[in-house]
This record gives sequence, structure tokens and C-alpha cells, in this order.
Amino acid sequence: MPGQTFAQKALAKAAGRNSCAVGEILDVEPDVVLSHDNTAAIRRIWEEFGQDRVKHPDRMAITLDHAVPAPTAVHAQNHREIREFVGEQGINHFFEAGRGICHQVLSEEVVVKPGQVILGADSHTPHFGWLGAFGAGIGRSEVAALWAQGQLWLKVPATMRIHLNGTMPDGVTAKDFALRIIGDMGADGGLYRSIEFAGDTIHAMTLESRMVLPNMMAEFGAKNAVICPDEPVLTWCLERLAMHRGIESGSSAWADLSDSLQDGCLYPDADCELESEHHYTAEDLEPYIARPHSVDDVVPLSELGNVKVDSAFIGTCTNGRLEDMSAAASVLSDRRVAPGLSLVIIPASSQVLQACIELGYAETFTRAGAMLGVPGCGPCMGNHFGIPAPSETVISSANRNFRGRMGTPSADIFLSSPAVVAASAVAGRIVDPRELG
Amino acid sequence: MTTSGMVRQFTGRVWKYGDNVNTDVIFPGKYTYTLKTPEDIAAHALEDLDPEFAANVQTGDIVVAGSNWGCGSSREQAVSCLVLAGVRAVVARSFSRIWYRNALNNGLLALECPAFVDLASAGDTATISLTEALVTAGDGRTAAFKPLSDDVLRILDAGGLIPYIKQQMAD
Repeated sequence: MPGQTFAQKALAKAAGRNSCAVGEILDVEPDVVLSHDNTAAIRRIWEEFGQDRVKHPDRMAITLDHAVPAPTAVHAQNHREIREFVGEQGINHFFEAGRGICHQVLSEEVVVKPGQVILGADSHTPHFGWLGAFGAGIGRSEVAALWAQGQLWLKVPATMRIHLNGTMPDGVTAKDFALRIIGDMGADGGLYRSIEFAGDTIHAMTLESRMVLPNMMAEFGAKNAVICPDEPVLTWCLERLAMHRGIESGSSAWADLSDSLQDGCLYPDADCELESEHHYTAEDLEPYIARPHSVDDVVPLSELGNVKVDSAFIGTCTNGRLEDMSAAASVLSDRRVAPGLSLVIIPASSQVLQACIELGYAETFTRAGAMLGVPGCGPCMGNHFGIPAPSETVISSANRNFRGRMGTPSADIFLSSPAVVAASAVAGRIVDPRELG
Repeated sequence: MTTSGMVRQFTGRVWKYGDNVNTDVIFPGKYTYTLKTPEDIAAHALEDLDPEFAANVQTGDIVVAGSNWGCGSSREQAVSCLVLAGVRAVVARSFSRIWYRNALNNGLLALECPAFVDLASAGDTATISLTEALVTAGDGRTAAFKPLSDDVLRILDAGGLIPYIKQQMAD
């Protein structure tokens, strides 16, 4: 029997099996089930089962992030219903409005661990592959079914492996690599597939950069995406979990926790069956832009031509982390946002916001004339906090540029790395930060 | 347990769209936490893709599309808006995986049939036969699709995932 891919191992484990075949349908018990502002709607579906209690409240994680603080009374009522449900069901992994975006918060809190399976009513749930977990997006009805039963059918996906080796040029980020992949192979290039990232460049990336890659594979059609956990990932998990549990460094409890995290890690076998392999050289990459209205309409920034912008947005589960804020602050230091242009910056979590304050980035942003927002999804899907006017052009560090995505069908949305967004906000047109005088 | 079950053969009017039609143009994200009634949800179906659709769609119509239909968000309204608007089936070259699951879970027939996508034209009719695994265009030309698995048919016959699980719980 050939070896098993990461996806085969993770899904077999969650189905209580030793192995499984690609294409097989398994009843999987996820370790974590994620929902957010859609929790109240899911509750209404779940109530059809007539149960008083959800089956595994300890496996549920709920964040308020998609429209926070509530832009309207209707949104506020939605949040209230979620808080009531959380109280009734005794759900511990509940994160209030302002704590941040689900994928960032659950990463910071290590609610999901290496080798685990998380299913979420959010399409960017592949995010958790950054720490070696199997994450996949599902629908609201499926989350309701999981609350009731604790298990759900999943088909074992075939695996594409994408290698990146070499040294990334200055100014080129994980976001650029993700856009390049999607541009090369299309928005359905990874449809139904498990994506495994490999290569020395991937493991040389910061953990924050790594998070971008599985997250963006949602735009590639992937079911999940993963990077094999290494020492920095295990250290991230260990330190945060130890802090939450009050475990002292060097204690026996610390050693036990470290062992259990390592034991949970899953790695593909050397002889596993890969459907395809794709090789990239880091030195060949450059900053890329996705043009409206499709994430796979990708061009090198150097070939984009003159695009004037009206508003700019830095944030989201894709690019709202501290290193993104740092990149923006480097560009905005001693510079001003172009007259008449609005720049909205929204840290992905309260921890990122706190660090922005401590490191002086918050002051840099406000001095530059940017607006600093409450941690959450912001204007990404058009709820509030920076909706473009009709026919305006937006440059954004988000993950989607579909028509109407930010609430205005006639607006054009361009996607890039955070540094390019910041530079474009200064220049009033889409530019490479290296071009700013 | 008896169910009404999905009708095995039916004919509907075709609406035709292209590749990579995403959930934001099927059902805009700005409505996801505010619109709740079936009428409101149906009224915004395909709002940013085809402004004529919601006003003119008829019960029993069939949507035909290219590859990766329903890419993007996991929002289930991108399926329920079509169901509530009266759409009986979506035939595409391929589907995004979450949209496909949502369709099945809401009792909406989603068929991968690239050959019919090539034949179909907007305003024509399509006849779908689940027993013969064939789609027939108005002029009689046919396209075959892979027959639905028993697992898929059981969920569709129940009317979706929630009624399916309720049946299982009752049995």
C-alpha cells in the first residue's frame, strides 16, 4: 500500500481509522467546529432537531467578527442572540466582538492544534493548515448537523504539492506567492484538492507569513491546505497553551504538553500519492496584483500600468497581522495619505492592535491620516467601515475582489500585499513602495 | 420512512452564465446578517450577476453555468436564494466544493455535465432525467452525466441534510 498524504492521515484519524483512500467518503468527527456572526442563523437550523443541548459544546468555537461593532440594530440583535446561545449551551471558546477575526483569534489561542481537524462555516477555514491542522469550510446546515451529531461526511481529497525554494526578493511576500499560484492555475486550479506546501522558502517564512498561504488557497478552490509543522510552529503552540493553562516553562507539565503537541503532528509519507507537483523559485517572484473582478486575474505590479485609487484597506484574516501592520508603518512613517483618499487599517485581532499601540504603529497610522479600526473583518465583505462609493477604485490587502464584494457593485477592487496598499494610499495610484521618493 | 422524493424527470427554462460565478454576485455579503425572510432572500438572487433574474425567474427554471460555479464564501444563502426563487437545478461544468455541499444539503439538484453546458442556450428548455442520467436540450440533443450516487440521492430525496438527519433520528 502506498503511503498516505497529510489529508488522508488527518481525515482517517478524525474518522477513527488508521488509513483511508483518496475519493473515499468518511464520517469525520472534527476536533473544532467554527462559526461566527452566522451562529444565530445556524442555531435556528439546529433547533429543527429538537435538541436541548448541543452534543459537544467543548468542540465549538464562536467569534463575533464579521460585523463588529454592530453597524445596525439588526446586527446588534444578531450578536445578542449569539451571546444568549453561548450562555445557554456553556460554550467556553467564545470570543467577543473586538477580540478579532476567527482565524487569527483561534490561531493566537491555539484552539486548534497540529494534526487536528477543524470545520468552519467560513470559507477561509483552510487557514489552519499553517500550524499543520486540516481546515475546511462548510455550510451553515452542516455546522448545525455537527452541533447535533458531532460528525459529518467528507470526501478524501487528492493532493497537489506546491514547492517554493530559494530566497524571496525584497518587497515580495507570501501574498504575492499566493496570487502568483492562483494567477498561474486559475481560481479553480486547486478545486476539491488538498494543497501541501513544501520547500526551504516556506519554512524560512515567519509564521505570520505562512498563515497567508493556506488562507488564500480558499481562492484556489482548495478543500484544505497545509504546511508541515516545524519547531517554530510547535513553540508558538506550546508557549501560548502553557500561558493559558498557567504552566511554567521547564516544568513536567510543560514537557507533557510539548510531547502531546509533537505526538499530534501529522506528516505525509515519503511515498504518498500526489496528483501533481508544482515547483516555484523564490527569486522568480515579484509583487503581484489581482485585478477586478477575479482573484485569478493576476499581473506583476510592474506591468499593471497607471491605476488611480480612491480608497485603500489594510486588514482581514489574510493580511491583518503584526508584520502587515509593520510593513504599512514602514511605508507610512513620515508620509501622508494622498489628499481625498481614505486609508482604513484594521488589525486582525486585539493582540495585533495592542502591539500596534506599543510599537508606535498606531501613532504612525493616525499621523499619516489613516483611519484605525476595531479588530474584525471590516469592509471585506461589504458590511461597514469603508464601503466604496459607486465606480470608485479600491486597493486592498484582502482575499477577494469579486464584483460587489465590498458592498458596491460598480467599484473596482485590486488586491495586493499590505506594503503595496500603503504605498498606493500615499501615491494616490497603485505603486511599488520602492518607487516612493 | 416514506418521503415525497425528488422528481426523477422534469423540464425547465434555461438561464445561462459563465465561469467562476462567485457567491458575492449570487447573494451579496452585505445582506448575510440582515435579510431573513424567504421573499427578501429570493428577491436578491443573482443581484450583481444578472439584474433581470430575480424579477423574471419562474418556478422550475434551470441555471446552466461554466466552471467553478459558486466559488468564494461559504454563505448558504447563495443556494437558498435560488431555491426560494424557484430554481430546480443547476447544471455546470464544475462547482466550488462548499457551494456543491450547500446545494445538496438544501435539496437543490447540482449536476456536473460539461457536455450540456456546451449545448445549452439561454431561454431554451432543458429536460433532466435522473433515471437515464441525461440532459436533453429543446432541440432534442442530449448530454450524459455521471449518475448520482445513492448517498447523494438519499439526501436529495429527503429534501436536504436537515430533514435527512431528522429522518435518521426518528428511525
